[in-house]
Amino acid sequence: MSTFSAIGEEREIDRDEYTPGVEPQPTWCPGCGDFSVLKALKQALPEVGRTPEETLLCTGIGCSGKLNSYLDTYGFHTIHGRSLPVARAAKLANPDLEVIAAGGDGDGYGIGGNHFIHTARENHDMAYIVFNNEIFGLTKGQTSPTSPKGHKSKTQPSGSAKEPIKPLSMSLNAGASYVARTAAVNPNQAKEIITEAIEHDGFAHVDFLTQCPTWNKDARQYVPYIDVNESDDYNFDKTDRVEAAEMMRETEESLYEGEVLTGRFYVDEDRPSYGEEKRAIGEMPEEPLAERYWDDDYEWERSHDMFLDKHA
Amino acid sequence: MTDDELIWRISGGSGDGIASTSQNFAKALMRSGLNVFTHRHYPSRIRGGHTYTEVRASEDPVNSRGDGYNFLLALGDSFARNPQEEAVYGNEEIKPLSENLDELREGGVIVYDEGLLDASEIPNFEERAEENDWHVYPLDLRGLARDQGREVMRNTAGVGATCAITGMELDHVQDLMRDAMPEKILEPNLEILQIAYDQVREEYDVDAPDVSVPTGEHDEEQLLMSGSDAISYGAIDEGCRFISGYPMTPWTEVFTIMTKNLPKLGGISEQVEDEIAAAALAVGASHAGVKAMSGSSGGGFALMSEPLGLAEMTETPVVLVEAMRAGPSTGMPTKPEQSDLEHVLYTSQGDSQRVVLAPGTVEEAYEQSRLAFRLAYEYQIPSILLYDQKLGGELTNVPKSHFDREPNPTLGKTLSEDALADEPHSADGKFHRFQHDVDDGVSPRSIPGQKGGRFLATGNEHDPTGHISESPDNRVAQIDRRTEKLAAIRDDLDQVDTGSYAGPEEAEYGILTFGSQQGTVEEAVGRLNDAGHSVKSYGVSDMLPFPTEQVAEFIESVDEVLVVEMTASGQFRGLVQKNLGRYGEKLSSLLKYNGNPFEPAEIVDGFEAALVEDDGDASGHQTTFVPAAGD
Repeated sequence: MSTFSAIGEEREIDRDEYTPGVEPQPTWCPGCGDFSVLKALKQALPEVGRTPEETLLCTGIGCSGKLNSYLDTYGFHTIHGRSLPVARAAKLANPDLEVIAAGGDGDGYGIGGNHFIHTARENHDMAYIVFNNEIFGLTKGQTSPTSPKGHKSKTQPSGSAKEPIKPLSMSLNAGASYVARTAAVNPNQAKEIITEAIEHDGFAHVDFLTQCPTWNKDARQYVPYIDVNESDDYNFDKTDRVEAAEMMRETEESLYEGEVLTGRFYVDEDRPSYGEEKRAIGEMPEEPLAERYWDDDYEWERSHDMFLDKHA
Repeated sequence: MTDDELIWRISGGSGDGIASTSQNFAKALMRSGLNVFTHRHYPSRIRGGHTYTEVRASEDPVNSRGDGYNFLLALGDSFARNPQEEAVYGNEEIKPLSENLDELREGGVIVYDEGLLDASEIPNFEERAEENDWHVYPLDLRGLARDQGREVMRNTAGVGATCAITGMELDHVQDLMRDAMPEKILEPNLEILQIAYDQVREEYDVDAPDVSVPTGEHDEEQLLMSGSDAISYGAIDEGCRFISGYPMTPWTEVFTIMTKNLPKLGGISEQVEDEIAAAALAVGASHAGVKAMSGSSGGGFALMSEPLGLAEMTETPVVLVEAMRAGPSTGMPTKPEQSDLEHVLYTSQGDSQRVVLAPGTVEEAYEQSRLAFRLAYEYQIPSILLYDQKLGGELTNVPKSHFDREPNPTLGKTLSEDALADEPHSADGKFHRFQHDVDDGVSPRSIPGQKGGRFLATGNEHDPTGHISESPDNRVAQIDRRTEKLAAIRDDLDQVDTGSYAGPEEAEYGILTFGSQQGTVEEAVGRLNDAGHSVKSYGVSDMLPFPTEQVAEFIESVDEVLVVEMTASGQFRGLVQKNLGRYGEKLSSLLKYNGNPFEPAEIVDGFEAALVEDDGDASGHQTTFVPAAGD
């Protein structure tokens, strides 16, 4: 159907196509880890073969939400914590779209935590990239759900009494079928993981460690990272939930103290995505619903013909 | 009129099958040629507790519950037959009988299940029956049903007795049972129906019925339908194929009707984690090019205020339905009220704009559900369909032809890929999704996946391409354009006949109301005029943008106006005064907020107290209706 002719178009895609023509320069601070996410996405999308016009990027609020302004796709810059429900519905309405959601650690694990759990649980087919810099950036440096215990800020002046959220374990337990962690200082791995996450059929959660040079100078984002998939010291089967859970525990405990482990922690290629599940039980049409509104030949059902007899 | 109508009340405990029995009985009456209207009263619990449904049937059209009722079928409570009776009812005794007597009319009929209820336990029962000329029929309905195999079928026995006493033929009831019941229980039910019928006719002299079923004839096929049904079918006919929600009474009715039907139409329904997500999903689906709705009741709708504002700022069409119940907070979950009016008008931050429609009848619920979608998609603005537990749940007959309309699946101003390439949509090679300079404020949109239509939708203020902008000039241009839509929508609504007028054109007094009270007000207006008053009414349906001109005209045409609404603070009257900016001295309020809708007689009384007895000096006062005991 020509209505959505950007979808499925096969051609060479230049990464510059994703760069807005007349755009404001990024307002991220110099040295911000968010630049790395943008770069990784621009590298990954052509690699996956998805054009800017068949891609819908849904973001939340905060520094991460600005990603939409610097990556020229169809975009929806939503509201605090709500990128996932918007993205979910867009994907259900038109499964042929490449839907990517992104947000920060406050946005995704705090205010949007409920949506995060449920989107993972339902295994919606999308990549979800969380810019995790362990701080609220745009509101100027408050403690976030991933800030370490004892972290001092204007809103936690005596040091946070809270244990940080463990996002990898959370999404694994909730039901995500792809869980990985990468980091701004690891650009090659970041590109590979983002590429895989986009290609993955199901909910692919990428916890992307980014540094905040302005508000979180003390964070340990500058330590060397170890890729668990490359290192001989970490032999585990990433398709095994139990082993995956154990590795996640290890990296989430060591994040604030010892070595930082990154890589693919859990990959389940077999679990059907939510859309497939819904189709299998007859609760979602075979063809994308959005296309029907452009089909002049479609005969729209009338309640008068279909449902009213039971009221007679 | 009261002599020509049957108002049959079936009373028992939740879980007794009151709703389904009354629905079938209402349908049988409708099929016999009568106009019907049902009124539901139920507690927020699954089993036990006092519940009743009234079925009003008349040859004349009925759009309201009546005043009291004239036939009581008092069944037992679900728990009355097991040892938990005490625990459930506490120390209150046999409610299905005692609780209902206050509103039973003189000369009315009482059929009660003597297998479960003991009238001698009710103080002064015999005296009251004599005083009020009640005709009392103690029948062992439970025993009768048990003899045929199942105690729960005592409802059917009660219906059989009703038919015998009122002189109604059994055929329509039998037909309905054949349609509705699985084979296994059909036969014993038919048996019980007949046995109860025969037994009553043998034992009592019912040839001259105390209360008879009126007769009537429809000149076309009728349907028995609730406001929730009508809203759902309106949405479907307007091409809505996506719904997302979280259960909450009474919105759940629309949600479940849609969920049941959408998959048959290749549509999608999603029950999600909360109402914020529900509304955000509807926004996401609409953004991707599907007609979408969500909804809730007061407390759940509160959570939707964020995505509502997002829809407004991103100009994403979406329909939200708000089924009001008594508040604040969780309030009274199963009781109607209209006090979420200001909530839906003003919720969400900033100069946020939306359309708010409040249908007054089941027929209007269908029309305005369609209208809400049409306006949302044509003008790229959120529409809210505001109704209440009463309109959502009450059943009434509507001609089938009312629904015989063409579907309208159009998405509104949406550009094809060819059009996207043209000026001025892509002025500088970039698609200008939010052009400043367009007719009626509506800038055509593209759908993700279309070539040449890339844009950013954002809740931040943005320039024509969708990029975030804090430029003062752009800000003013954008907000002015978005606001302009409301004027265009008002013009549009003026072409659509949304309000409902009753009474003589020239009248001394006026009654203004909105939403579900419309039918009751109109019945009261009929009675007031019959009694020699000169009154007309206007049921307003469009809350935002408000029909200022029409309302002003109405108020100017009369000496005084009574504003009838189910709120404690006079929210609708406040809206009228806010929009009109004057006439305050002409308005008086009649308010009811005890959890029950108005009865026509209460409006008649309220009118006389507020306007007539005050001798034309309303001075803007407020009359709060003091309900009778048992209301």
